[in-house]
Amino acid sequence: MLDFLNALPGAVSQGLIWGIMAIGVYLTYKILDIADLTVDGSFCTGGAMFVVLFSQGVNIWLALLAAVGAGMLAGLVTGLLHTVCGIPAILAGILTQLGLWSVNLAIMSMKANVALNIINPDVLNRLLVSLRFVQDVGNGARPFYQHPIFVVGIFTLVIIGVLYWFFGTELGCSIRATGANQAMARAQGINTRRNQVLGLMISNGLVALSGALLSQYQGFADANMGRGAIVIGLAAVIIGEVIFAKVFHNFGLKLLAVSIGAILYYMVVQLVLSLKLMDSNYLKLLSAVVVAIFLSVPYWKGKYFSKPVKRGGVSRA
Amino acid sequence: MLKIENIYKTFNAGTVNEKTALNGVSLHLNEGDFVTVIGGNGAGKSTLLNAVAGVWPVDEGSITIGGVDVTRLPEHKRAKYIGRVFQDPMMGTAATMQIEENLALAARRGKGRTLRSGITKAEREEYREMLKILDLGLEDRMTSKVGLLSGGQRQALTLLMASLVKPKLLLLDEHTAALDPKTAAKVLAATETIVQRDHLTTLMITHNMRDAIAHGNRLIMMYEGRVALDISGEEKKKLTVEDLLAKFGQATGSDEADDKLLLG
Repeated sequence: MLDFLNALPGAVSQGLIWGIMAIGVYLTYKILDIADLTVDGSFCTGGAMFVVLFSQGVNIWLALLAAVGAGMLAGLVTGLLHTVCGIPAILAGILTQLGLWSVNLAIMSMKANVALNIINPDVLNRLLVSLRFVQDVGNGARPFYQHPIFVVGIFTLVIIGVLYWFFGTELGCSIRATGANQAMARAQGINTRRNQVLGLMISNGLVALSGALLSQYQGFADANMGRGAIVIGLAAVIIGEVIFAKVFHNFGLKLLAVSIGAILYYMVVQLVLSLKLMDSNYLKLLSAVVVAIFLSVPYWKGKYFSKPVKRGGVSRA
Repeated sequence: MLKIENIYKTFNAGTVNEKTALNGVSLHLNEGDFVTVIGGNGAGKSTLLNAVAGVWPVDEGSITIGGVDVTRLPEHKRAKYIGRVFQDPMMGTAATMQIEENLALAARRGKGRTLRSGITKAEREEYREMLKILDLGLEDRMTSKVGLLSGGQRQALTLLMASLVKPKLLLLDEHTAALDPKTAAKVLAATETIVQRDHLTTLMITHNMRDAIAHGNRLIMMYEGRVALDISGEEKKKLTVEDLLAKFGQATGSDEADDKLLLG
């Protein structure tokens, strides 16, 4: 148990970072009503882009921006495959994800992983977040505001704030309408195709930012780092929803719930690892099973446990 | 206002399911015309409305609204000129969005969607007044999700949305068919009020011959993808259901009209 408590700040930090990705998943899955599998690829794209650029001496903010841009490009590809080429959204995402595998390796000069030289204090001190900082803040070597929980927490709040504003604008509302009812959206003059592409771009931009932050945090980017990201994202969305659905109705709070969902997910993962309940190899299986169960609950509820409808209601013409 | 010139539409061309839904339809509507459309199942009524709305492109012919050729325009661009209410109450509104948000979306039909606020305070007051006219108590539930409303309430709301930005053309696709008789009558009355108030050029499909006769200044009957009957003016005013069936029989040489039209 002591292991677990010691590892908790790290788990929360990781959860917060993945939470940004989960917010991206929320945008496509909940708002656009598209299950976008691009994220498994674009997460790594963001990480790879960041590590490569940063290692070459590019300014950290520019490197982050480039990572976001690369993610948005991936979203653009999926969006165009779906809207212009008429490929079902799931398949479009899978195709982009597969293609990104090669692209990601190419970004990393055909290596399966590239590391940041964090042994060098100059490099380490330029970073915004790092696993090292967790310990450093813990033993007083760095001020509290360099703690990843604090830094990524600020990132998350700013992102939620911007998204809250954006989805309240005319354009943002039209994207929500696109996800809610395409026939209605088109009848109201909304270009649903453009909005789907735009939504996928925003989502994958966030996913790539999350990937960039994670590679910064762990000190390397890896070709496999995005594997199963969509499932983790869905898990965070579902956990957040299950716990906060009754209390959080505001859009901004719903996004916050997703972030908290991701944190809880990583705390559970950490607990499982710390207590050595199972080989870490089984974590992905556990995630898949948990998400499958939660996704099937509403369906089963509707099918077998629905309240009986009163007979003899309003007569139908 | 609306000029439909000789349009054709065939679905599943070249397969066993080939169906010619529109077989050379021409129709001209003057400004302020309120045309009711009747016809049996598969006569091409809804297909005609969908062709005008631009749900898919027509195979041949042209469609002009208020002097603008919209034949090649995609659905969302035509929406600038057209207000629509669908048969399915679920189709015209976004269930997961609030009543006021749905209205705000409709208020921006035909305009660019910018980064300005999606709904302003002044708008909210405006919508509250408009909802009062519907007399369904919706003015007190403006932030409720539309998914919580009944079918009738949703159709009334859709009607309001369709006319919020005055359309050059209002398309009503059996918008009362899915409602119980009492609600249907209420929605139809609201339709009449709005159409008269704004002098809207309207195409209204209905399954109910009595409604088709009671409303509008012109009635057309479709049969096998064509306009089989077109009655307007004094003749329309004096029309009875019996007349209509007799005329339909003469026009098409078919006696299947009775069952198909009355029951359809």
